[in-house]
Amino acid sequence: MDVIVCMKQIPDLQQIRIKDREPILDNVPLVWGDLDKNAIEEASKIKEAVEDVKVTVVALGSDKIEQGILEPLAMGADEAVLLTDPAFAGSDSMGTAKVLAKAIEKTGSYDLVILGEGSTDNYSGVVASALAELLNLPMISYVRELEVQDGKVKAVRNMEESFEVMEADLPALVTVAQEINEPRLPKFMAIRKAGAKPRHEWGPDDLGLAADEVGQNALSVETLSNLAPEQDRKNIILKGNLAEQIDALVDALTKEGVLGR
Amino acid sequence: MSEILIYSDNDGTALELVSAGKEFAEELGATVSAALLGDGAAGKADDYFSYGADKLYVSEHPALGDFYVGTFAAALQQIVESGDVEFLLIGSTKRGKELAGRVAQKLNAGAITDANAMRVRDGNLEADRYSYGGNTMASQVVTTPKKVISVMPKTFELGPSEAKQGEVVNVDLDLEDPPVKVVERRDKAGDEVNLEEAEVLICVGRGVQSQEDLAMIEELAGLLGAEIGCTKTPASDWEWFSEERMVGLSGKKCKPSLYISVGISGQIQHTVGIVDSKIIVTINKDENAPMFNFTDYGIVGDYADVVPELNQKLKSL
Ligand SMILES: Cc1cc2nc3c(=O)[nH]c(=O)nc-3n(C[C@H](O)[C@H](O)[C@H](O)COP(=O)(O)OP(=O)(O)OC[C@H]3O[C@@H](n4cnc5c(N)ncnc54)[C@H](O)[C@@H]3O)c2cc1C
Ligand SMILES: Nc1ncnc2c1ncn2[C@@H]1O[C@H](COP(=O)(O)O)[C@@H](O)[C@H]1O
Repeated sequence: MDVIVCMKQIPDLQQIRIKDREPILDNVPLVWGDLDKNAIEEASKIKEAVEDVKVTVVALGSDKIEQGILEPLAMGADEAVLLTDPAFAGSDSMGTAKVLAKAIEKTGSYDLVILGEGSTDNYSGVVASALAELLNLPMISYVRELEVQDGKVKAVRNMEESFEVMEADLPALVTVAQEINEPRLPKFMAIRKAGAKPRHEWGPDDLGLAADEVGQNALSVETLSNLAPEQDRKNIILKGNLAEQIDALVDALTKEGVLGR
Repeated sequence: MSEILIYSDNDGTALELVSAGKEFAEELGATVSAALLGDGAAGKADDYFSYGADKLYVSEHPALGDFYVGTFAAALQQIVESGDVEFLLIGSTKRGKELAGRVAQKLNAGAITDANAMRVRDGNLEADRYSYGGNTMASQVVTTPKKVISVMPKTFELGPSEAKQGEVVNVDLDLEDPPVKVVERRDKAGDEVNLEEAEVLICVGRGVQSQEDLAMIEELAGLLGAEIGCTKTPASDWEWFSEERMVGLSGKKCKPSLYISVGISGQIQHTVGIVDSKIIVTINKDENAPMFNFTDYGIVGDYADVVPELNQKLKSL
């Protein structure tokens, strides 16, 4: 069985600084999306539970992926497809889905495609839905429990008012929620071995796409501005022993007029 | 004349969008229509007309019984392409959000999801959504001929309603049976809480290690007349709270007068839900927790010491 996991590298959000309301991304390290780590973890668990599973990670992004890809390979992926051609840079969600779809088709075989329910930076959920449409796959989103058996997936998904248990025949696409598992931390030896696993680097030509069909040339959404909201906080840390801190807190909140209904 | 088409699996959200859509339609010189899909759809027509829909597309096709994203996307595609729909506005519930990308792909359209504000700009609809996990707010437009935007519930208020009639189109949809079956539905315990309206809100984070400690938090909430909310882990993983109480990017956006965080680190996906609070108080044992950057009054300490002491003090007032 062939399992494909789509993963995105994003800037470490905790390290983004804001200056004059603009996000400063220089020197912010890239990390894998939180839910994408849940996705690769789930694929690895399937591989441990079911015989003859091959896991392939597919990632579109900058050339930093070449280094970063060791992590998912060490977490259990067998192969990786790197879509780092500069022509892909600046892809929006629909553009990303188009390239991922071509790459997944080119791998030759896909029984189960796993994505995060949202990327950690955009959290748009658009890529998975568009990808399912392009590959014409049944889709189950927001999955918190997954079972793969006898050519079927059974999944419990987390909706507003209920948990829905859903079933589909393979091939299928699922998106996972954070509570589905606890992603493993790869061991040093596994990272060393990961360097030897096969990687494919495919550009637009390999995927039968023209350069003007991808990346910045194929945007369907335009971003007009992207600024941090104004923040103005007092940032007072209360001093003294606990009793003094509490007195000061209650005093301050009373003066602010937010205590007592 | 171009058309704004509204759909949501939640009728309340759909009606908010109909109300807002009516105003956008006036500015854009468009009309507002809505899609009513699935069992009992036809019976909802009066409501939708009364909030301002000009036209309703109705189908109770058997394939629309249980919501399956692909089938509902196909239904909306057929409706959009049968008329002059330029904008498809979908309620950004979980089902709506997964639907947006799928129907957009069918329409060769761009999609914006989770919009939390929207306005007319140069003959287009401009939508705001969080970016970089909530660090920034991006204003975006869809640039393809057809445009799909999913809009967060409660972004717009329900407008006035008046008895009104309009055109009903009983659409004849060509749909296949869904390839995904709902085999069971486990209802979540109902938790009727409206954190968005809370005047005082206390949120509990992963720093609160034991469920027994909730007793002191509940006591504090009682003393302050507060609602209790939480970060992701206490809701999704520990299931101490229903997800109705999760605050943040994928939870509720609140704007209380007083917000108190207890054992919360202050990651952006949570703080985005509380930045509009008037006064923010933080109790965290780590003085370097990012939460203190969002804080007006902070106490560095173990909540297990701080909260009982605060309760004592409030009781003595
Ligand atoms: C796409 C996406 C969407 C998300 N949406 C949301 C969302 O809507 N809402 C949300 O909350 N999260 C959301 N998250 C998760 C978010 O990224 C963080 O993981 C989460 O907010 C962290 O919760 P926390 O602060 O409770 O836990 P932690 O980050 O683990 O912080 C715990 C804090 O408790 C403090 N502490 C520990 N012990 C004590 C003690 N005894 N006394 C006082 N303080 C103590 C620690 O110093 C620490 O700062 C989302 C994540 C992703 C990827
Ligand atoms: N550039 C990318 N490369 C690989 N997978 C991606 C990429 N962008 C998004 N994805 C996948 O799509 C999911 C949803 O992303 P989004 O639609 O941005 O919320 C992510 O969790 C990933 O699994």
